[in-house]
Amino acid sequence: MADDALIEFSKVNFSYGPRPILKGVDMRMSRGQVIAIMGGSGSGKTTLLRLIGGEVSPSAGSVTVAGQVIHELGRNELFRLRRKMGMLFQFGALFTDLSVFDNVAFQMREHTNLPESMIRDLVLMKLHAVGLRGACHLMPAQLSGGMARRVALARSIALDPMLMMFDEPFTGLDPISLSVIGGLIRRLTDTLGMTSILVTHDVQESLRIVDYIYFLADGVIAAHGTPDEVRESKVPFVHQFIHGETDGPVPFHYQAQAYSQDLGISVMER
Amino acid sequence: MIGMISLAKRIKTVIESIGHRVVGSIWRLGCATRFVLLVLLKSMPGFLRFHLITREIYFAGVLSLIIILVSGLFVGMVLGLQGYETLQKFGSESAVGTLVALSLVRELGPVIAALLFASRAGSAMTAEIGLMKATEQLAAMGMMAVDPVARIVAPRFWGGVFSMPLLAAMFSVMGVFGGYLVTVVFIGVDEGSFWSQMQSSVDFRYDIVNGVIKSCFFGVVITAIAVFEGFDAPPTAEGVSGATTRTVVTSSLAILGLDFVLTAFMFRGVS
Repeated sequence: MADDALIEFSKVNFSYGPRPILKGVDMRMSRGQVIAIMGGSGSGKTTLLRLIGGEVSPSAGSVTVAGQVIHELGRNELFRLRRKMGMLFQFGALFTDLSVFDNVAFQMREHTNLPESMIRDLVLMKLHAVGLRGACHLMPAQLSGGMARRVALARSIALDPMLMMFDEPFTGLDPISLSVIGGLIRRLTDTLGMTSILVTHDVQESLRIVDYIYFLADGVIAAHGTPDEVRESKVPFVHQFIHGETDGPVPFHYQAQAYSQDLGISVMER
Repeated sequence: MIGMISLAKRIKTVIESIGHRVVGSIWRLGCATRFVLLVLLKSMPGFLRFHLITREIYFAGVLSLIIILVSGLFVGMVLGLQGYETLQKFGSESAVGTLVALSLVRELGPVIAALLFASRAGSAMTAEIGLMKATEQLAAMGMMAVDPVARIVAPRFWGGVFSMPLLAAMFSVMGVFGGYLVTVVFIGVDEGSFWSQMQSSVDFRYDIVNGVIKSCFFGVVITAIAVFEGFDAPPTAEGVSGATTRTVVTSSLAILGLDFVLTAFMFRGVS
């Protein structure tokens, strides 16, 4: 990968209470790329995004964004850095009491002193970029899931961030909306010159649009590489994940005591 | 011997569980106090952009007007009827105006308006903040470098605090009007003595101002409980519904308890 890393994870450990989530994670993410983080449910993918955004701090190691160690920043410095980040939540997290227009204008009104006429133009431009200029007067409850996510995308790029984070952007979308969101992520990353991180399960769409992929399993980076390298990978976990196989290193059954013991059956030995 | 040991164990478990509950409640009270202090500290942006607070006064205050006014009218009418019924036995039915007005401005106005406010506006505040948390709107706001406590919680808190005394005052006014309707218009008590007795026996400083102070206290308590419960709610449907119920129950109990304490300090039989 290129040397101009925007984000660097260095031996990051993290746990929720006694349960370890991340164990010594090392990652480097270069500027201008779309990077996917893949892994099973509960593997700690979203935690990675929360560490980058400074919502939680690592129990050991450090996360560096644009040369700044996140957990060492004060509240004001962290908020200043967050203004350069955008995050798309899994279901959009639009403010339900504000219209589509006001949702997109929210950050501009909070963080800038731009006149309302200029905010109007900027909001319409952002909405046009996601194809929803005509929906600016609607309320979030009137939008479909795909539209809500596009509005949330317009809202998160409102201040032209250097870094965009996408938490499961493809979940619950029909194939058309899914391609639209995927295409938008790629196009906006390129045109706005930002870096995008996707946390996702969707293998096919991700392989189509990303530059680099990290696989997270049991709190460690199991594999990483470009889409072509990943497709050819012989690593058992990656192979199972990419091809959606039920049998492999990821077991079907959650860890439990012996089945016969749970059912109270004594097995006769022959 | 074994029976004694098991009994001792059971007693220990009971004492432990009581201890856990007490410590848990005190812990929660501490968290709530800290949260309210945080809200107060972060109130300045709301005051600088007063339209945020005005909006909340509309939602908490103006939208509660109907229930407050209608309830006030009926409470005043009932007070008028009951007061007349009792007072006429002693031939002093003209004092019914005094009875209605004093009952309302000292006690019923602030207390019933507060109870209604807690169930109408307090529960809505908790549910709204709780749902915003459950649908990640607060997290999204934080990621946009906007502090949800300053932007969402503080304006709601102040909106409620400003609305409560105004609502209590309107409740009392409607109540007095209800009492007037029943006793003067329908029953035929002399209008002049109804108003003049009321005027001479209701003291502005002692009765009305104390009533307003009470309702200010209730406003602070209700909205503090409502915003804390909303912000602290587990982000699930069950969590939000539980928080909403707790808001209504806790603030109703707090209103009644606090009312006793305030009354004990304010009204000592001196006029």
